[in-house]
Amino acid sequence: MAARQDLPQGTLDLLIMKVVALGPVHGYAIAQRLQQVSQDVVQAPQGSLYPALHRLESRGFLDAIWRETESGREAKFYRLTKKGRAQLEVEIANWARLTEAVSLILRLSEGVGQ
Amino acid sequence: MTWWRRLVKRNELDEQLDRELRFHLEQHEADLIAAGSDPEAARRQARIDLGGIQQVRENCRDAWGPRWIEDFWQDFRYTLRSLRQRPGFSLVVALTLALGIGSTALMFTVLDGVLLKPLPYPEPQQLIGLQEKTAKATQFGNLWAFAYPNFLDLRRDALSVDLAAWHFVGGTLSRPGEPENVLGVEASSAFLKVLRVTPVQGRDLSPEDDRPGATPVALVSDALWRRTFGQNRGAIGASLVFDGRQYTIAGILPPDFRLGDEQVDLLTPIGQNTAPYMLNRDAHPGIKVWGRIRQGATIESVRSELTVIASRLSSAYPKSNEGRTFIAETLRPVTGTAGTTIWLLFAAVVAVLLIGCVNVASLLVARAVSREREMSVRVALGAGRGRLVRQCLAESVVLALSGGSLGLLLAVAGLRPFIAMWPGDLPRASEIHLDWRVGLFALAVSVASGILFGAVPALTAPALNPARALREGSRTVAGGSWRLQGTLVASELALAVVLLVTAGVLGSTLLRLSALDPGLNVNNVLVARLALSPSVLNEPDRIRSAWQNILDRVRGIPGVQAVATVDTVPMREGNNQLGYWPAADLPERTRLPLALATSVTPDYLNVMGIELRAGRFFNETDRQGSQPVVVIDETLARRAFGREPAVGKRLWIPDMGAAPVEVVGVVNHVRHWGLADDDQAEVRAQFYYPFAQVPDRFLRRWSELMSVAVRTSTPPRSIIQPLRREIQGAAHDQVIYEIRTMDQLEGATLARHRFLMTLFTAFSAAALILACVGIYGVLAFLAGQRVPEFGVRVALGARPHDIMRLILRQSLGMILAGVAAGSILALASGRLLEAWVSAVRANEPVTFSAMIAVLVAAALIASLLPARRASRIDPVLALRQD
Repeated sequence: MAARQDLPQGTLDLLIMKVVALGPVHGYAIAQRLQQVSQDVVQAPQGSLYPALHRLESRGFLDAIWRETESGREAKFYRLTKKGRAQLEVEIANWARLTEAVSLILRLSEGVGQ
Repeated sequence: MTWWRRLVKRNELDEQLDRELRFHLEQHEADLIAAGSDPEAARRQARIDLGGIQQVRENCRDAWGPRWIEDFWQDFRYTLRSLRQRPGFSLVVALTLALGIGSTALMFTVLDGVLLKPLPYPEPQQLIGLQEKTAKATQFGNLWAFAYPNFLDLRRDALSVDLAAWHFVGGTLSRPGEPENVLGVEASSAFLKVLRVTPVQGRDLSPEDDRPGATPVALVSDALWRRTFGQNRGAIGASLVFDGRQYTIAGILPPDFRLGDEQVDLLTPIGQNTAPYMLNRDAHPGIKVWGRIRQGATIESVRSELTVIASRLSSAYPKSNEGRTFIAETLRPVTGTAGTTIWLLFAAVVAVLLIGCVNVASLLVARAVSREREMSVRVALGAGRGRLVRQCLAESVVLALSGGSLGLLLAVAGLRPFIAMWPGDLPRASEIHLDWRVGLFALAVSVASGILFGAVPALTAPALNPARALREGSRTVAGGSWRLQGTLVASELALAVVLLVTAGVLGSTLLRLSALDPGLNVNNVLVARLALSPSVLNEPDRIRSAWQNILDRVRGIPGVQAVATVDTVPMREGNNQLGYWPAADLPERTRLPLALATSVTPDYLNVMGIELRAGRFFNETDRQGSQPVVVIDETLARRAFGREPAVGKRLWIPDMGAAPVEVVGVVNHVRHWGLADDDQAEVRAQFYYPFAQVPDRFLRRWSELMSVAVRTSTPPRSIIQPLRREIQGAAHDQVIYEIRTMDQLEGATLARHRFLMTLFTAFSAAALILACVGIYGVLAFLAGQRVPEFGVRVALGARPHDIMRLILRQSLGMILAGVAAGSILALASGRLLEAWVSAVRANEPVTFSAMIAVLVAAALIASLLPARRASRIDPVLALRQD
């Protein structure tokens, strides 16, 4: 198993919103999805998943409804709100800019090293 | 998520959170089991993966938003619990604050109604008052009431303002019903429109009504309509007789209609007044002119327009209008000396409130210090400093709010009695209401005082190093807080000094004034204004015989010793100031010295008990056609003739004719302006002239101003009924009104001083008690803190009075600091008092020291108790403590 990575600050919200954007989903499923999609590289810490969900909900980016799962149990499903969708786009753009900038810097430092 | 939802639905949210987390754990478990784990291991693994469930739960709650609301709620409940544990302390604090906040709220209500609220007409900021202003000033200044012709010209020409003229007219309403004196207003037709007041029934005055020769119409007040017409709708179109003239009722004024503080009963068109002075631009009694600035104009544009019109008028009528301009000011309520009285009292109640706050603060500091260890433990267990400060503040705000709501109840209960207690008539009393402004004010004051007295303990007590505090235990002598509490007590004492000295100065002023001689015998004298029958007013001879008839009839009433008529009664509102000169070489008229002129009948001296110093008073031989005579008072005699005997000398009084009048007698000075104001009044010299010598052309006007004064051998009020009967005249239309005893009038001249002194005495007593409680509390607490130290001292040989001296030294330090600061404040506030209250001399060393002695004595007595208790310490017990 590859070494698990801690998430950089602030990216958990982005990932959660991305997952929720695909359709209504409950907390456990989000945790599963994050783990699977990142092929277990990203350790979505379950302990911070729920506070993050509640924070996004209280800021109005997510809303939640209670409904039955396929297995017939009541669960809290999160959906992306309109405001959340806009926020997601902003954050994705920010992320893209940030990673690009970071990789630029990394490349530069290699050049200097040679 | 809104904060209130979180408060209200807190349980529901918690329960949902639990369900959500439980679902997560169970799903995870199920998945692990499906992957082959055994159930027990799956359970454990699921919990480990989630992390501490309690912590997740807390973090989720944090994510719901800022926590302060919940914390506040928690603090609030904690506070209630801790206050319930000490009901005595809480009660004392709440009551102290209730008194402080209650009296402050009450004074604010009065201040707001009388001084802050605008005039009770729609859009009052557009209303202006106009005056005439002359380039040259006379002894009376350079501002004048309007001449009616000037008003007419202004009204015709002004484009930026709607103008209305009005003046009060008192008179007898002789029909329907019993004859009574009513207050009326003669006004131009636009008067009510300018004020934006509409009659509740009938119609307003119209321009057609407002001209000479039109049918006389009147608007009546709601009160008069109820009184005389029994609220009959048919009153519109009915007639009434006012001052002998018949009017048709055109409309009814709104019930709350007032001009200034006057309840106006009758409104009639000024244009129908045909008195000759109405056409005179030069000499006239004057009318008031009010206006409403038109849409789009400003007071500046109105002023420039007035200047233009004034200059046009001064070239058209140079004789009267040369150098005469018109000035406009925004119309404001007239409040007289009530304003300064209210501010003084407001300052006093704020001082009492501050003392109360300081007192509570020092109690709370004492308690906070004794809770130091509890606080330290809580800090050590992780409570943030901000949280502890907030908790202290929560406690004080809860105390302040409960004190404040209790105080508001006190204000509600006390407001009407307070207004009733006001000396004389409180201006704008009808505007004083408890409304949301007062509620808001009380709330603000409560929270502010809560923060004020809560901040000190909150910021000092928990600001400590928990490790040190826990190590040191309670043996620490609270050095820092002693200095703090000393400062608190000293400032309390300083404020108490100010209040005490103020009360003392007012008291000694009152004593000095009460000892003054009014210059007349006020016992058993009744005075009342009297309106002659309108039917006699047009013929001078009938006026003279009507007055003679009244004097004869009143003299016959059993219990009447002497009777006279008089135009300006001493110590009552109203006076007549005339210029005089003791030689024929008169200077310019505007530079003549002034004297108070009073026209009386021969028995006046006997009625008022004024002493004749030289010569004679008037008698039946002083009449129309005989040598005009005057009797002067000693002040005028000294000013006009110095040491020479005045009797036989002559005075030139231009307003009474070109020929000089002869001085036939000298009487003592009467304090016409009242005991408080006469000595520093600008016009004090007095002279009397016989009513019989008033020229025919003035007789009607004089008769409208005349009062009857009666000396009785029985209690004066007992003759009111017979007096009414005897003076009503053949037509039953002569009435007396404004009935007063001289005793009453004299008392009223000191009423303001008495009122202020009473209240300041009460406030300073409260301040003194609070300050003593403060000193006692602080010393008791400090002595308690030093018990172990005292134990050591006693064990080492200190005697009880040594311990006492230690404590008293501490208290004396606070007292002296307080007295020093208070004296400086008191000197400053004394200047204010001198400026605002007549006859006060702020520099009264005796009063000053006496009041400070009272304070020091009281404070020392309050310190003695804890000092004695400390001195009786048992060293063994003391050392065993802790």
